[in-house]
Amino acid sequence: MKTTYHLETPLETNDIETLRAGDQVTVSGTVYTARDAAHRRLLELMDQGEELPIPIAGQVIYYVGPSPAPPGRVIGAAGPTTSYRMDPFAPRLLEMGLKGMIGKGKRAPEVVEAMVKYKGIYMAAIGGAGALMARSIKAARVVAYEDLGPEAIRELKVEKLPAVVVNDTLGNDLYVEGQKAYRVASV
Amino acid sequence: MRVISTDDIIAPIREAVIQANYDLGEDVIQAFQSGLEHEESPVGKEILIRLIENARVAAEERIPMCQDTGIAVFFVELGQGVSIVGRDLNSALEEGVRQGYEEGFLRKSVCHPFTRKNTGDNTPVITHLDMVPGEGLKIWVVPKGGGSENMSRLFMLPPSAGWAGIKERVVQTVQEAGPNPCPPTIVGVGIGGNFERSAILAKKSLLRPLGSPNPDPELAQMEQELLGEINKTGVGPQGLGGRVTSLGVHILMMPCHIASLPLAINIQCHASRHVKLEI
Repeated sequence: MKTTYHLETPLETNDIETLRAGDQVTVSGTVYTARDAAHRRLLELMDQGEELPIPIAGQVIYYVGPSPAPPGRVIGAAGPTTSYRMDPFAPRLLEMGLKGMIGKGKRAPEVVEAMVKYKGIYMAAIGGAGALMARSIKAARVVAYEDLGPEAIRELKVEKLPAVVVNDTLGNDLYVEGQKAYRVASV
Repeated sequence: MRVISTDDIIAPIREAVIQANYDLGEDVIQAFQSGLEHEESPVGKEILIRLIENARVAAEERIPMCQDTGIAVFFVELGQGVSIVGRDLNSALEEGVRQGYEEGFLRKSVCHPFTRKNTGDNTPVITHLDMVPGEGLKIWVVPKGGGSENMSRLFMLPPSAGWAGIKERVVQTVQEAGPNPCPPTIVGVGIGGNFERSAILAKKSLLRPLGSPNPDPELAQMEQELLGEINKTGVGPQGLGGRVTSLGVHILMMPCHIASLPLAINIQCHASRHVKLEI
């Protein structure tokens, strides 16, 4: 089995620039949740020169809209949502120093380029394994946009959240490499 | 004439939406197990093991297997000899959803198309009603997630495209979707009818338990052929590369207009939730 690299947030460029597409990682510390509706609002604030409700530099954003927490739990199911919906917004956040994104699915070329330029990485968690992922989340609180319900920005305290590096700071793409390895020639 | 009160529909619907989201069907778990035998990628195998574990955790801890607890879809077969009393059938289904999504701590995932304001109770629902002979009432409860629905496609093919054209489009759709719809997926294929009917057929095909053969031998053969082609794409579990891109292909087909060859492809993620109620 491959080595698992442990990441502790907030991150610096040197924490991630040696990671390569395909590396298994676990993430611990604070991560922020945001989906497309929250991203849109963050960028609107940036356009207006306003202060953002969460820090961006050195941070990790987890693309998730959790299900509500039943009594006695900190969160419901909390697996990743599809990342391409955040593609229009991600390059500007990377430019501001965002170091990590956790989601599932392919990213646009502009996002991959921005990860190379500004030194950030994109990690995939297992889509649809929301019950399992919730076990790595130790605390959750809404910090912005409560009106968005499941799409509000939450601050999560995570412990060894498992993920795999899909896009690294060199522009490698695990989806492309992984699929190539198993494609049968006729297709 | 059999009389059914909508009060006797609401509670079963409430329980069914919760059950569908907490308890993954045995058919899907079996398909993960058999996928494990076929998967060659170590990462792919690991993912299948985690998905089996995820289903177990959700069922034991009584939480949803996936945070996307879906928009609620219903396929209803209503006997012509049944009289529904109380409220109207669709509002009874909505009330069951309203109660179930609240009590089961399911995520409300329905919003205004432009403002994106959440409706707050996971309604409206999507209901497909068929009138059938007899005095039965069967309801399939199918919460459908957004990630896989977004990767679904509909093509109005020229009739000359034929089976070869259909195969090409289905494989292309799965390949282009790649990791996005949470593979391993189940691919629902609707062929024929017209524009909207093909889409309904594609979705309805997903109601058949995974692993059960298509009762029509011709369609069963087509399903096997398509599955074989799809699993050559290398997409694999979660799109990270592997042999098990899809767990099954289901086809429903009906005659169509002489000018048309409608093809709808409804992608279903591995969290394939369907509960059948007989009331």
